[in-house]
Amino acid sequence: MAAILVFSERDDIAWQLLGKAAELGREMGLGVAAAALGSADPGGYANRGAQKVYISKNEQLKTFEASVYAEALSQVAKQADAAVILIGSTRRGKELAGRLAQKLGAGCISDAGSLEVKDGRLVCTRNALGGATVATQTITTELQVIAVSPGLGEPIESPETAEMVEVELALKPSAVKVIARSEKGQGAVDIEGAEVLVCVGKGFTRQEDLKMAEELAEVLGGLVACTKPLATDEKWLPEDRVIGLSGKSGKPNLAICLGISGQVQFTVGIRDAKTIVAVNQDPNAFIWQMADYGIVGDLYEVVPRLTAALKG
Amino acid sequence: MNIIVCVKQTVDLQQVRIRKETREPVLDNIPLTIGNIDKNALEEAVRIRDKVGGKVIAVSAGSEQLTDTIKEALAMGADEAILVISTEFEGADSGAAAAALAQAIKRVEDYGIILLGEGSADNYSGQVGPRLAEILDLPQVTYVSSLEVENGTIKAVRNLDDCFETVEVGVPAVVSVVSEINEPRIPSVTQILKAGKKPKQVFKPEDLGIEITRSITTLSNLAPDQDRKRILFQEGTDKDVASLVSALEAEGLVRR
Ligand SMILES: Cc1cc2nc3c(=O)[nH]c(=O)nc-3n(C[C@H](O)[C@H](O)[C@H](O)COP(=O)(O)OP(=O)(O)OC[C@H]3O[C@@H](n4cnc5c(N)ncnc54)[C@H](O)[C@@H]3O)c2cc1C
Ligand SMILES: Nc1ncnc2c1ncn2[C@@H]1O[C@H](COP(=O)(O)O)[C@@H](O)[C@H]1O
Repeated sequence: MAAILVFSERDDIAWQLLGKAAELGREMGLGVAAAALGSADPGGYANRGAQKVYISKNEQLKTFEASVYAEALSQVAKQADAAVILIGSTRRGKELAGRLAQKLGAGCISDAGSLEVKDGRLVCTRNALGGATVATQTITTELQVIAVSPGLGEPIESPETAEMVEVELALKPSAVKVIARSEKGQGAVDIEGAEVLVCVGKGFTRQEDLKMAEELAEVLGGLVACTKPLATDEKWLPEDRVIGLSGKSGKPNLAICLGISGQVQFTVGIRDAKTIVAVNQDPNAFIWQMADYGIVGDLYEVVPRLTAALKG
Repeated sequence: MNIIVCVKQTVDLQQVRIRKETREPVLDNIPLTIGNIDKNALEEAVRIRDKVGGKVIAVSAGSEQLTDTIKEALAMGADEAILVISTEFEGADSGAAAAALAQAIKRVEDYGIILLGEGSADNYSGQVGPRLAEILDLPQVTYVSSLEVENGTIKAVRNLDDCFETVEVGVPAVVSVVSEINEPRIPSVTQILKAGKKPKQVFKPEDLGIEITRSITTLSNLAPDQDRKRILFQEGTDKDVASLVSALEAEGLVRR
């Protein structure tokens, strides 16, 4: 039976994808297979919905390198008779998906935010135009490669025993040598699950001043998040606090945007907030189009007042 | 050693408006520009050239207007441009762009590094770089936040989801960059004036023996509903702050 083949270099994401694949497989009449490459734990996949687990501990798979993993997955996909390949849309996953799709002559959608079956076809949504719109798309090639945003599927438990298939892969060593790796060691801050987000932008001029935002967040029982330049350029906050197209999306009840211009690549990450409040000194800022309430003014004056007023 | 940089022409996304009734984006008459992160790739290409020599060749696939849009890249420091022009690139997927870029790049002698952005401004799929690397059978290094090229070796730091990875690879290779790698320069007036005179080669897809195929169908492309109240308090006085707090209290969003 043709199958949906699941792979992610991160086990937790692979488990989510297996949950999703089980659901899609039922509707499309496809089996569910997982690729356990390198140090992945095949047993974990077998317990979470994979009917077949393709295992390779080939020497070249010790560390993740996209071109080698693409070659490995293309060989597994043929053995598994894959009709759909689901990959976790991490940075590594996205580069893998592109290279794999090209190898297999397949169409590929990355950062798929939803995935469902309509009239027998898989239909995906993804952000387009920098996040200004959401495109609903299908892949027209016979084989489909889809890189799915982390968090989309729910892991399931499956008591049935999966078939474990050891595969022999022909792989060449990678030309890319990894010299060093340093973990980012980001805190376990759950921006995506927060009820209240206080988002800070370049309207802040010094890192110390973020204390104002932290105090406001504390009064509201929320978390501080930021725009991309504050994390990647200024390095004032870790990158896991970035909201937007290349960061995270929140669904808070309340999002307060301080000194943020409101470009689409940011607003795409908070547009699901129930209520949006903004403070900006520019009366023509884009953020006003996204705001339920706004104060036109200097955040350095407004934020302390707001915090004081909320403290009562 | 020459340096290739792939830049994509897109509408200036800041100027995209949404038609209220239909939620459709209005793209007519919006100026075209080169993607933000592509400019980071171009800036990096220029910096490498200034250190190790060779030429920076900007390569792009897009519509007729590209002959004009590409001047921005030439003004920023690219020495030459190779363009693949067809109306069919409009809305085409990453595979079509990668195929066109690959054939254009094959016409360049002695290229050592092919630079791209991590994602294009409009599509942001991150697919073109890896696809290009696969077609040209080259190694790839993606999401690079710092880059050095010396004696035919590329040393790069990659900014990945949970780690930074330092890697080494020999030339030629495909490298995609993230925005924090540099601050793209703003060209001077003289550079803008000179840009029009720099050499440009223009091809049609058929000149390069490629056919633009589509592997993705877009069923709809709409802005999500945003029904915001848009109540503005014009001054940040204590009175305004109090009004805001009352409004939030009335909605049950904050408690005192
Ligand atoms: C492909 C791509 C992906 C991207 N992904 C993301 C992403 O995921 N997340 C993200 O955030 N960005 C992203 N960006 C960047 C995005 O386009 C914007 O550059 C960024 O969001 C701007 O951040 P900002 O609003 O903090 O800064 P700015 O645009 O500089 O805005 C600062 C604002 O502060 C206001 N201000 C200044 N001083 C004060 C004061 N004293 N009081 C009150 N207001 C003040 C100014 O009026 C201005 O509106 C991406 C860009 C690209 C091209
Ligand atoms: N049509 C194109 N012409 C030239 N370069 C492109 C084109 N499309 C994409 N690119 C390059 O590929 C990168 C990634 O694009 P994407 O895969 O669309 O996210 C961009 O940042 C550009 O450097």
